[in-house]
Amino acid sequence: MYIYRYDSTFQGLLTLVFDAYSRKAFPDHIMRESDVSLFDGDIRTVVTDNVRAQRVWNGLRKKISPSACRMLYVVWLSELHDVEMLVFRYIRKAFAGERSPELNFGDADVLETSKIYRKVAREAERMRMFVRFQKTADGIFFAPIEPLYNVLPLVVDFFTDRFADQLWVVYDIKRNYGLYYDLHKTTEIVFTQLDFDFSTGRLHDAQAAEDEKRFQNLWKSYFKSIAIKERANPRLHRQLLPKRFWRFLPEKQ
Amino acid sequence: MTDKTLEKLQTLAEAAKYDVSCASSGHTRKNNGAGLGSAQGWGICHSFAEDGRCISLLKIMLTNHCIYDCAYCINRRSNDVRRATFSVSELVDLTIEFYRRNYIEGLFLSSGVVRNPDYTMERMVRVAKDLREVHRYNGYIHLKSIPGASRELVTQAGLYADRLSVNLEIPSEENLKLLAPEKSYRSVFQPMSYIQQGALESAEERRKHRAAPRFAPAGQSTQLIVGATPDTDNRILHLSSELYNRPTMKRVYYSGYIPVNTYDSRLPALATPPLVRENRLYQADWLLRFYAFKVDEIVSDKHPNLDLEIDPKLSYALRHPEIFPIDVNCADYEMILRVPGIGVKSAKLIIAARRYGRLTSSQLSKIGVVMKRARYFITCRELPVFTIQEAKPDMLRKLFLSPATQRSLKMAGQLSLF
Repeated sequence: MYIYRYDSTFQGLLTLVFDAYSRKAFPDHIMRESDVSLFDGDIRTVVTDNVRAQRVWNGLRKKISPSACRMLYVVWLSELHDVEMLVFRYIRKAFAGERSPELNFGDADVLETSKIYRKVAREAERMRMFVRFQKTADGIFFAPIEPLYNVLPLVVDFFTDRFADQLWVVYDIKRNYGLYYDLHKTTEIVFTQLDFDFSTGRLHDAQAAEDEKRFQNLWKSYFKSIAIKERANPRLHRQLLPKRFWRFLPEKQ
Repeated sequence: MTDKTLEKLQTLAEAAKYDVSCASSGHTRKNNGAGLGSAQGWGICHSFAEDGRCISLLKIMLTNHCIYDCAYCINRRSNDVRRATFSVSELVDLTIEFYRRNYIEGLFLSSGVVRNPDYTMERMVRVAKDLREVHRYNGYIHLKSIPGASRELVTQAGLYADRLSVNLEIPSEENLKLLAPEKSYRSVFQPMSYIQQGALESAEERRKHRAAPRFAPAGQSTQLIVGATPDTDNRILHLSSELYNRPTMKRVYYSGYIPVNTYDSRLPALATPPLVRENRLYQADWLLRFYAFKVDEIVSDKHPNLDLEIDPKLSYALRHPEIFPIDVNCADYEMILRVPGIGVKSAKLIIAARRYGRLTSSQLSKIGVVMKRARYFITCRELPVFTIQEAKPDMLRKLFLSPATQRSLKMAGQLSLF
């Protein structure tokens, strides 16, 4: 039984693939850096090597389409349990066959990959939908989020393009990192301390811009007015607007 | 912005809420630079109202004063409701501030008619123009074209807006005459054809010069009120299919009539809005647009109304048992789409996956086919067991009724025993 451990980066996982092929020892289990192991002895720890990772990536691109390559990356971002093994099996199938496996939805791994891909892509879409910026006193538009999967890398381009003329921060409070746009480029940031109300996702009054509260109230009253009472459908409402987002939405306060 | 803004916003959102459309789809535009906003081709919803409808755009009226007296409309002249008017700059600021906070995907602006159609239309165009030119705003704009507005103004509107729309509202001309004597089909179809001409001319121009301005790139849409008049589904769906044959028509919306003016005896007294019928019409609309159905296959003089108890696709399948069962491993895409329980997504997956080998029923259900329905209409790698040929349509119909309907039928049966 072969067990590998990698440093929880995508490059690390690709290096792992390289290692497994060169040793001809394919993993039965892949562990993240932070995972605790019960059997300590025979774990191989992979040292991330960008050159090797790039070689695997280039090889993969010859075997499967660019969109399938991207899909593997997105699926890995899900951080689901054992997703590394799924990605690994997919890559093996890609390298083994004459023909790309990507459309073989009769295959359990291929189908599972595409299902996870859809889930992660949907979560990223929900960020585009439900991120709500609050304007701070120093003019930065700040939005805390708590996505199920690690989707910030998938929405960088969207927010950078759309809000190109304002300073903004989108911060993943679950994974404790965020994106900051300074009117020129977007960079990753980590706050050493987060000073806002976690239970409501709100900025404290002193931090918020003067007119912030007013626009939240305007939006809230718009939200109330636009609903047609005769058609009220609370079940559908909860289904489309899951409760886990409510604390970040001014209209649901 | 003044303190009155809140009150105006409430009044004018209330006035606009019966318009169904809120789509922000149909056009992708990158920001590319230091402006604000972009547009996504698939559209983004930013919230969902408590009636379950998507909130994508700031759907608002410029004013709810109106010189017309249409029987079905909440803003009709003779109604005693609170009236308000936004100034152009007030509405522009509100849109920008909401947009910056990612509350909305853009603006959907309509208006009651004040003084005359052109005066109203001009003010609406000014809002769009200010957004685009003063604020360098690249987000979505949907403008309602006022019936009777001049061609010049519609053309201008098309240069700033992503989508234009004119609401037909009533599915037949004689009923429109009855409910809105000041309007005619001509006054609605004329702006529709202005939009169409504008878009076609711009497409022609763009073939010559790539930088030629685009005209309402997301096309146009319209809305029909369902249940305010005795018009049948046959009439409604034939009308929409005709509209879809026009080059720029992207969507026809159906709005279940909500009795807003109960005192008007020209309108039916409904206890609840016809939501099921509205839902069935949307399903039929989807069959027209994505499932390659012809309108005559869904409704006809023989079946003038859609079956309210089962969906139109199932209803079609039960009326045509002779084409089933379909072999999913060799049938055409269009035929696979006709199977109840198989949607566009799973049909595409089937077409892709069957090149690797014949599909089994367990693979089909993993792909996303609803086997509970589809099993009676298909054959796959296994031998067909019990299809519509053996089961007969009547029995299947009973099987597929919703549990609630089944229960109420049972109740009725029990009652009739006594």
